[in-house]
Amino acid sequence: MDLSPLWISLKATMISTVITFFAGIAAAYYIVKLKKFWRGVLDTILTLPMLLPPTVVGYFLLLLFGINGPAGKAFLKLFSAKIVFTWYAAIISSAVVSFPLMYRTARGVFEQFDKTLEYSAKTLGLSNAFIFWRITLPNCSYGIIAGTVLAFARGLGEFGATIMLAGNIPGKTQTISVAVYSAIASGNDALAYRWVLVNLLISLAAMLTMNIASVKAASTMRKRLPAGPSATPCADTEG
Amino acid sequence: MSLYVDIRKSLRDFELNIRFQSNGGILALLGASGCGKSMTLKCIAGIEKPDEGVIALDGVTLFDSERKINLPPQKRKTGYLFQSAALFPNMTAAQNVLCGLHRIKSASEKRRRLSELVSMFRLEGLENRYPHELSGGQQQRAALARTLASEPELIMLDEPFSALDSHLKWQLEQELCAVLKKLKKKAIYVSHDRHEVYRLCDKIAIVSGGSIDSMGSRELIFGSPRTYASCILTGCKNISRAEINPEGSIAALNWGMSLYSAKPSGKNAAFVGIDAKKIKACGTPDSLNSFEYEVIEKIDDISGVILLIKNKNASSSGTIRWEMGREKFEKLDLSRPFAFIPPESVMLLSE
Repeated sequence: MDLSPLWISLKATMISTVITFFAGIAAAYYIVKLKKFWRGVLDTILTLPMLLPPTVVGYFLLLLFGINGPAGKAFLKLFSAKIVFTWYAAIISSAVVSFPLMYRTARGVFEQFDKTLEYSAKTLGLSNAFIFWRITLPNCSYGIIAGTVLAFARGLGEFGATIMLAGNIPGKTQTISVAVYSAIASGNDALAYRWVLVNLLISLAAMLTMNIASVKAASTMRKRLPAGPSATPCADTEG
Repeated sequence: MSLYVDIRKSLRDFELNIRFQSNGGILALLGASGCGKSMTLKCIAGIEKPDEGVIALDGVTLFDSERKINLPPQKRKTGYLFQSAALFPNMTAAQNVLCGLHRIKSASEKRRRLSELVSMFRLEGLENRYPHELSGGQQQRAALARTLASEPELIMLDEPFSALDSHLKWQLEQELCAVLKKLKKKAIYVSHDRHEVYRLCDKIAIVSGGSIDSMGSRELIFGSPRTYASCILTGCKNISRAEINPEGSIAALNWGMSLYSAKPSGKNAAFVGIDAKKIKACGTPDSLNSFEYEVIEKIDDISGVILLIKNKNASSSGTIRWEMGREKFEKLDLSRPFAFIPPESVMLLSE
């Protein structure tokens, strides 16, 4: 069995989870500070990739990163390489599709976070960076972990946008989910089952480790904070 | 050593318009909840931004809307103690206090200051506990230690004890008082509890509807309140609409009686107040400020008896609250129901 889809999937998903982790937290952190109107507008835009069918997201990404798209052109100029139909494209598609999950979960915990902690830290003269990394983030860890789990799982399972942007080139851009599709399409059921199993195992392992960490963080936080946050990784507090 | 505040900020329910100056000591902001006390503190601390005005502390301008100065909270040197203590849940008591000592570079000096604060606030043995492992009083002491660790020029206490049990509250209050006096710190104390304010503070500002209603020494504010808001907040239970008659008597409209006051009446007196404990029983209705009463209701309280009485010869229905000790109540001769209000206890109040 050619294991390349496994490595491509893991590589792309891990990198995209790292990107989503920072981008999602940053977006959530700044958006909760905005005025209501702009918060609403940006919130809608940032959540859109979750609501649209992945093929539609893939279409937009093609417009943007294709050889005639602005981002694609710029990349071509800078690195004299194209993005579409490379495994970088898989990073982009899985990052874009999993971003809303990270962003919305992080936003939920930031909104629940007790503002007086931040205020008293400021009056103590602590820098904003210290407050964010040492106070806000550790006290929101349960939600951040939950968001990361969701983003990883979503990124790994990404199919629609990936196949549109990265294509289905065995050994080059074929991810696990695309491999399953390919195997079924070519009638190779045995191979499809194997990839399904691999996918299941990775997802379960990731969910398990990170959920244990999340539940652990949540139960310490529940003890420490007066209003106990929910341990279940909910993507959105506003429903 | 002075704090100057003159700010305006429009809020959802009212307009905050606060102006005062404090030259050291402990200043109390006494007011009902939602009157703008906490918002004032937040503006001074830099957590909230006033729409316009000036805030200056010891000659340093913290905020000036015209000169476009707005120092971040980190640079204002104002300590803020929240009702909830606001200890960082992910840090132990010692780490929390160390957060206040972050400006000190030398490690040995840091340790020395930490142990000093730990003993000052009786936190020995609790250093490695997380906030959720501390009692409410211990949390508040640790928070106070953390605030003082950052050596603020001004300490702001936002109802710091209101979440505590009353016996704890009493003890902590005395400790706080001792520490503040010892360190000669300038402080603003926000509360809605007049007893607490009277015990702790030298100077009192009554805050009502977003602005300072009256301000002065605690003796002045509690001894002879001049406004409706200050009269209520200092604990007066009997207030009636009033009109000054041409010959100098006061018509208390809600109670249907004429009263004389020994205190000089302001021009715009619109209300009259009577301390519920100062009403006296008398044998005859002949003297000034005396009347025949009718008991509407008798209420037993911990410290005595509360009678709700009404002027028998008046058609208006407003009752007057009369508080007395149990012994005094037992001696009360209800067959001769005459009461007398000493003119020096009749307070004329402006709106």
